[in-house]
Amino acid sequence: MDRVIIPIGPQHPALKEPESFRVTLEGEKIVDVSLRLGYNHRGIEKACESRTFMQNIYLIERVCGICSHSHSTCYIQAVEDLAGTEVPKRALYIRTLVGELERVHSHLLWLGVAGHEIGFDTLFMYSWRDREIVMDLLAKLTGNRVNYGINTIGGVRRDISKEESEEILKAVDILEERTKYYIEVATQEVTLINRLSNVGKLSRADVELLGAVGPVARASGVDMDTRRDDPYAAYSEVSFKVITADNEDVYGRTLVRVGELMESYSIIRQVLKNMPDGPITVRVPRKIPAGEAISRYEAPRGEDVHFVKSNGSDTPERVKLRAPTLANIKAVLKMLKNYNLADLPIIIAAIDPCFSCTDRTISIKKLDTGSTEIVDWKSLREYSIEWYKKRGIRF
Amino acid sequence: MIIEEEIQQKLIKNYNFLEEKIRIPRARRIYFEFPADKFEGLLEFLMKEILCNMLCTMTGLDAGDTIEVIYHFARKDGIIVNVKISVPKDNPKIKTISNYFPSAEYYEREVIDLLGAEVEGLPEGSRYPLPDGWPDGQYPLRKDWKSDVLEKENK
Repeated sequence: MDRVIIPIGPQHPALKEPESFRVTLEGEKIVDVSLRLGYNHRGIEKACESRTFMQNIYLIERVCGICSHSHSTCYIQAVEDLAGTEVPKRALYIRTLVGELERVHSHLLWLGVAGHEIGFDTLFMYSWRDREIVMDLLAKLTGNRVNYGINTIGGVRRDISKEESEEILKAVDILEERTKYYIEVATQEVTLINRLSNVGKLSRADVELLGAVGPVARASGVDMDTRRDDPYAAYSEVSFKVITADNEDVYGRTLVRVGELMESYSIIRQVLKNMPDGPITVRVPRKIPAGEAISRYEAPRGEDVHFVKSNGSDTPERVKLRAPTLANIKAVLKMLKNYNLADLPIIIAAIDPCFSCTDRTISIKKLDTGSTEIVDWKSLREYSIEWYKKRGIRF
Repeated sequence: MIIEEEIQQKLIKNYNFLEEKIRIPRARRIYFEFPADKFEGLLEFLMKEILCNMLCTMTGLDAGDTIEVIYHFARKDGIIVNVKISVPKDNPKIKTISNYFPSAEYYEREVIDLLGAEVEGLPEGSRYPLPDGWPDGQYPLRKDWKSDVLEKENK
């Protein structure tokens, strides 16, 4: 059978950063995938070297539009390590609280995207409606829906009042009720189970070999979570389960994420109940002692790693960051192999890269004739839904 | 800090020149420097004996006359072993570790593009992260590099 190569990207709505996949097909089957990254390289690491430690918080917060708190916390943890700062307990609790609210908003967003990619738009509408509850909370607590600006070196910038804390608890009750419904959907809705099971398989051995992180790794039975393994903020003082699944497929990744939502609600309740009184910030000198430090953070998409080197001045010598998607790229290439083109949208979406609303084009180039056909993401998605409808998967 | 000290002892036992050279500034963090030519042996030792099963990332640094590369390895219990090697800037050659950790490929390409290191044994593939038309010999993360190079290029 003739092989066809389909370039997907560099501009692409289902990818966290613009990336370019070249997918080689034999009929419907994906036989090879190659990848070109770097289209969204903005030179942030270089820019960090000409800004002060304090200014960098706001730059690094903008690395990602969803896990902004993850990046800024990961960075300041490294800086505080270098400065030997004893961050007040209350600040650590507030960081944990905002971190978990961010995880709730990110996982609900993912659930909606996943629903949309497989043609289950009711799920998308529901979960994005419910996500507004947590977005409103974040806006109330920090002033922003994303890029919260809550962190500062030595603590946090805003305190949480008693009224706010009660409001969060009320909202968490509603979200928990809704999440229970999603768990019911995920475990009982036959169409969803059939559509997602055995798609994008990634064995446990492959996870360990390819270095996948976060929900992708946990859905293949790898019991790892930086919150428990390398505790930061207030995670050593709250109890929670690390959710894993043995499905090793997109369905398992769904179960892990909805399961993690329930754990996040429990963490939020514990944090609010046990939050100690006291100051929310300590003064840290502008100049940070020379040295090197590495910091890790369990972002909603997986482990985030930051390395900071100081030369004793008020600007860092080097800041290096690694977001979880880069760690999962090798794994997604493996997952795509031997699946149908119709599975590509959900497999890529299942590692949870960020979502941009712009429609982009995909051009199909026929190897034998060289003729080119343009298919946009919308048509590819519709094609994928139709393809499965004919095989009995109908939402 | 007991496990960290055990790891330190194991390393010193095998590589006695590391005596007094290993820093453990806080729990779960181990840092040391290592000669670049003996690195591959150490890598196997770390994987087998110290149980470092994950590569968090690699950091490249411009240290004046040398290019430094730090490998951040993690264990399941959250301990990170950070190994720094340095190579001369006029001959910045390192060996690939993508045969041990496939995920190293992208981290190594970063060190190539941004700091101008050469990585021996890295399989063919597209560059990362700089664009295809990027001028040769321009390494943005070197300290003497200024972004006006690009402005001049575009004139």
